[in-house]
Amino acid sequence: MSGMLEPPPTLLRRRRRSRLFRLLCLATTWFSLFVLVVLLVHATREGLPWLDVQFLTDFPSRFAERAGIKSALVGTLWVISFTAAISVPLGVAAAVYLEEYARKRPVNTIIEVSIANLAGVPSIVYGMLGLVLFVRWLALGRSVIAGALTMTLLILPTMIIAAREALRAVPGSIRRGSYALGATQWQTIRHHVIPAALPGILTGTILGLSRAIGETAPLVMIGALTYVAFVPEGPMDAFTALPIQIFNWVSRPQPEFHQLAAAGILVLLAALLAMNAAAVFIRQRSQRNRA
Amino acid sequence: MVKGRALAPVPSVAALLRGSRRRWHEEGIKGVLFLCALLSVVVTLSIVIVLATETARFFAHVPVWDFLFGRRWTPLLEPRSFGVLPLVGGTMLIVAGAGLIGVPIGLASAVHLSEYASARARSIIKPVLEILAGIPTVVYGYFALTFITPLLRGVVPSTGVFNAASASIVVGIMILPMVASLCDDALRAVPDALRQGAYAVGATPFEVSTRIVIPGALSGIMASFVLAMSRAVGETMAVTIAAGATPNLTLNPLESVQTMTAYIVQVSLGDTPAGTVEYQTIFAVGALLFLITLAANVGAHRILKRFREVYE
Repeated sequence: MSGMLEPPPTLLRRRRRSRLFRLLCLATTWFSLFVLVVLLVHATREGLPWLDVQFLTDFPSRFAERAGIKSALVGTLWVISFTAAISVPLGVAAAVYLEEYARKRPVNTIIEVSIANLAGVPSIVYGMLGLVLFVRWLALGRSVIAGALTMTLLILPTMIIAAREALRAVPGSIRRGSYALGATQWQTIRHHVIPAALPGILTGTILGLSRAIGETAPLVMIGALTYVAFVPEGPMDAFTALPIQIFNWVSRPQPEFHQLAAAGILVLLAALLAMNAAAVFIRQRSQRNRA
Repeated sequence: MVKGRALAPVPSVAALLRGSRRRWHEEGIKGVLFLCALLSVVVTLSIVIVLATETARFFAHVPVWDFLFGRRWTPLLEPRSFGVLPLVGGTMLIVAGAGLIGVPIGLASAVHLSEYASARARSIIKPVLEILAGIPTVVYGYFALTFITPLLRGVVPSTGVFNAASASIVVGIMILPMVASLCDDALRAVPDALRQGAYAVGATPFEVSTRIVIPGALSGIMASFVLAMSRAVGETMAVTIAAGATPNLTLNPLESVQTMTAYIVQVSLGDTPAGTVEYQTIFAVGALLFLITLAANVGAHRILKRFREVYE
C-alpha cells in the first residue's frame, strides 16, 4: 500500500539536490557576515589595547609607544571638509542640469557616457591626474587643497548618480503645482524640487564622502606625506591622512606598528560607521515623512 | 512620469510684464549648471590627455613592442628593462584568484537573496554587504597581511610573507558585495511568471534557479562579473600591502608578485623627479591600466545591451 504513495527515486534525488543547493546558497550568504565579524574581531583584538586618548592626541613617532594619529586625524578633517565644500555644489548642479534641463542632444549624451565611465576609473588613475593637474600644473604642491580637489574628481560621479536618483524620485506633481502658480523653472527647482530631494542628496553625499575618507591610493599618488609631526593650518599646507598613516604603519615590519595600524583602523571604521548610520537615519526618516 | 519641463514654457502674466531680465536670469543659471555637468567630460579628456602625453614621452625612450611584450620589468635597477608582462601577469593572477572567490560566492549569495531569503533576512544581509563594500581597501590590506597570510603560512609553510594568494582572497572578498548586489538586481528582474510556470510543471527550486532564473538573468550576471574584474584590476592598496613588490611572471599564488597598481604606488612613494624615465613609466603603466578597465566597463555595457532578455 505505502509503496504506491512513495515518490519515485528520481524525484527524491532532485529534491535532495535542491535542498543541498539551498543550504549552499545560505552558507555563502552568511560567509559575508562571518568575514565581517572576523575582520572586526581581529582588528579590535590587535588595536584596542593601543587605543587611548594619547593615541588620538600624539603625533606619529619612531617609537610605537609614543605614536599617535593627531596629524592624520586633523589632516583627514581638512581634506574631507574641502572635498565636501567643493563636490556638493558641483555634484548637485550637474545632477540638476541632467535631470531637469537636459534634452536629448549629442552633448548631453557625451556627458552621460563620461559620468558612467568615470565611475569605473580606478582611484589610482585619479591620483595620477591630480598629481599632474593640481600638484604640478596648478602648482598647488602636495597640499590639502590638491588632495581635496583630487578627491572631488574621484567622488563626483558617485555623487552625481546619487543626486540624480534623488531628483528623479521627486513626483512631477510638485513641479506642475509650482508652474501652475507662475514660478519659473529655476524657482521651481530651487524652492520645491531640491528641498524634496534633499534627504536623498544628503544620503548620497555622506556615502560619497565616506568613500573619500577611506581612499588611500590617490593621496599616495599626489604625495600626502607619511610622516607629519604638525597640523595643517591652511589649505596650502602639507598634510597626512588617516588611511595614509595606517598604510605607513602596516608597511613596517615590526608587529607593534601593525597593532598601531589596527588602532588607526578602529578609528577609521568608527568614523565610517557613524557616517553610514547617519545616512541610514536620514533615509528612514524621509521615508517615514513621505508615507 | 511626466516631466515638469514639458509644461514649463507657459509664462505667468507677471513674468511677461517683468520682461526679459528674468529670462536672462533663467538662462544664466541653466548655463552655469550645464558647465558643472560638462566638467565630467573635461575630467575624462584630462585623464586621456595626461596619460597620453606622458606615455608618448615614455615611448620616445622605450619601443612600444619592448614595453608590451618584454618579459623583464626592472625600470628602477640597472640594467633597465621595461617589459610590462610581469606586472600584467601579477595583476591577472590576482584578478583570477579574486574571481575564483568573489564570483561564485557572490552569485550564490544573490540567488539566496532573490530566490530564498525572507524580507527580514534581506534587511540584515543587504546592510552587511553594504558595510563590506564600504570598508576601505587599506583595511583589507591590513587584514590580508596580518590575518590571512599567517593562516596560509600555517597551512603551507613555504608561503612567502608577501604572496598573491592572500591578496587574491581579500580582493575576492572586496568584489563579493558588488557581484552579489548586481546579480541580485538581475535575478529579481526576471518576472515571477517564468518561475511559476516552471514550478507548475513540477520543477524543484534548484531547477528553477539554475535553468530558468539564472539563464534569464545571464546578461546582467555576466556584466556584473566583468565589472567586478575591472574593479579587481584597479584595486591598489590591498595588493600593494599583501602581494609585495616583486615583478614576477609566475602562476604560483604563494609567491610575491607586483601588480600594475602596486608598481605605480612604489614609484610614487619614492622621490622620483618629474621628467625622468622612471616617472614616465608610471604613466605608461597607468595608461595600460586605464585602457584595460575602460575596455572591461565598455564590454559590460555591451553585454547588457546585446544579450538583454526583454520582459514585458
